[in-house]
Amino acid sequence: MLAMNYRGPYRVRAAHKAEPEIEHPGDAIVRVTRSCICGSDLHLYHGLVPDTRVGTTFGHEFTGVVEAVGPAVEHLKPGQHVLVPFNIFCGNCYFCQKELYSNCHDTNPSATAVGGIYGYSHTTGGYDGGQAEYVRVPMADIGPTVIPPDLDVDDAVLLTDALPTGYQAAEMGDIEEGDTVVIFGAGPIGIFAAKSAWLLGAGRVIVVDHVEYRLDFVRRYAQCEVVDFKQVGDMAVHIKKMTDGLGADVCIDCVGCEAAGSFAHTLLGVKLKLQGGAAIVLHWCINAVRKGGRVSIVGVYGPTFNAVPIGNAINKGLTLRMNQASVKRHLPRLIEHIQAGRIRPSDVITHRIDLRDVADAYHLFSSKLDNCIKTVLVPPSALAA
Amino acid sequence: MIITDAQQNPPRSQAERHAHIVGWGADLDHAHRPAYPMERTPPRLPHAVPPPEQQHSHADVLVSSERPRITPVYGTTLPPKGLSGWLRRQAFRHSENDLRHWMMLLLADRVNVGEGLIDDLSRGHVPNLYAEMGGRAELRHNPMGAARKAAIGIAALALIAVALKRRR
Ligand SMILES: [Zn+2]
Ligand SMILES: [Zn+2]
Repeated sequence: MLAMNYRGPYRVRAAHKAEPEIEHPGDAIVRVTRSCICGSDLHLYHGLVPDTRVGTTFGHEFTGVVEAVGPAVEHLKPGQHVLVPFNIFCGNCYFCQKELYSNCHDTNPSATAVGGIYGYSHTTGGYDGGQAEYVRVPMADIGPTVIPPDLDVDDAVLLTDALPTGYQAAEMGDIEEGDTVVIFGAGPIGIFAAKSAWLLGAGRVIVVDHVEYRLDFVRRYAQCEVVDFKQVGDMAVHIKKMTDGLGADVCIDCVGCEAAGSFAHTLLGVKLKLQGGAAIVLHWCINAVRKGGRVSIVGVYGPTFNAVPIGNAINKGLTLRMNQASVKRHLPRLIEHIQAGRIRPSDVITHRIDLRDVADAYHLFSSKLDNCIKTVLVPPSALAA
Repeated sequence: MIITDAQQNPPRSQAERHAHIVGWGADLDHAHRPAYPMERTPPRLPHAVPPPEQQHSHADVLVSSERPRITPVYGTTLPPKGLSGWLRRQAFRHSENDLRHWMMLLLADRVNVGEGLIDDLSRGHVPNLYAEMGGRAELRHNPMGAARKAAIGIAALALIAVALKRRR
């Protein structure tokens, strides 16, 4: 089959590899119909995630048709079109019993800090991802969700990570009626966090980025205020000026470890890799939020150390909340939102690219060319559909 | 009668002010928020979930020292091999709490890139670096950038050529 193949930082290609097989009685094999490139795939693409082995297939956001199931699978049937949450989780361990699906303890042997994730290095379990024609889906009775007949597959694929992560980012901010919410990052996650902040009853939503076309998009799509951080001097001071000197009620980091905006952090974290990426957005969140405010983090950071102004967080009495999204717990409500017309996630898809051109797709997204917001890869075997 | 500003423009409620935003406040009530409270038991899965059976395979899987056993389910792709594999094995002697664990894995990743090149060549495949780095997309959507990179490349080659000539 054809699959994306990682060769090293900034180098990927589409190549043939063996089709996946059922390796555990609870597995399914899924024929991919759509897969996305995610902003967090770029951290892998740039070589920042430890234990990313050459030859890996990325892709944790995908939909597909069930081709085969293992003997222990009771509820999922071949032929069903499913969306597959990016978390691989057992539904039974200590953490899954608390609905912390992203923190599953039983699907990732290589690390205890993070659960299993498709196509996201051996640090998250060494599973191949969905940027391929076929993919092995473990725990097939638990993760995959059959796509309802009235749900478009392009909307469905955004339910595998981007929309639930944006929603959880806003939810972890504990937004109350009328709150001022500042969101750092105008990529798909930031865009969906902005939309979700309104659903949760925010009074004001401000999105910060430095790429003009992304700011234009989020202003139109999520009807929020925007700030270009390159146009303001001090980001935290600027937010205070916008909020009567108090600061925002909630700040949300939808950027993670490759943030632009500070030469020192970029040099230490991204270029020299002396800290787990550039923590500049964490500085902005902690310093721009009001005292007693809440900071929510969904941007990806590496497992190594970061320079974070924790003293300010203590003195200001902040609540910090963070996690990878537990996608499955959000799906029923988010599907309701889509069906009720409150949000149409597929609107963020700007590019639809043949899997054979995966190298161009990564470069386009990584370099923010051609006004790219979200890229969907379509395998040749799904092009007709 | 004096009509005050407030009477003429009574303060509008949040809902009125945000009436133009589709779905505003739909999840204002905590009961509608899927992750409220933070930890929720029992999980709302569509059916009962038995504990997973143990996966068996011949794959060589590196296991975190923070866990007493291999997990019931795991990935079997790309077992460690070569020098990078040796480095990864060394890394797994340290816990996730130990910085050496992560730094050695990152080092192994860099070594692995060289191994990938050697592997390609040994199969008689010369990797097309231009295509792998998205050269076509760069040329199409950022022709100025592509030209600048090409010019820098040519200038660097010319400098090397001049330096080599001088040496002789
Ligand atoms: Zn993602
Ligand atoms: Zn679990």
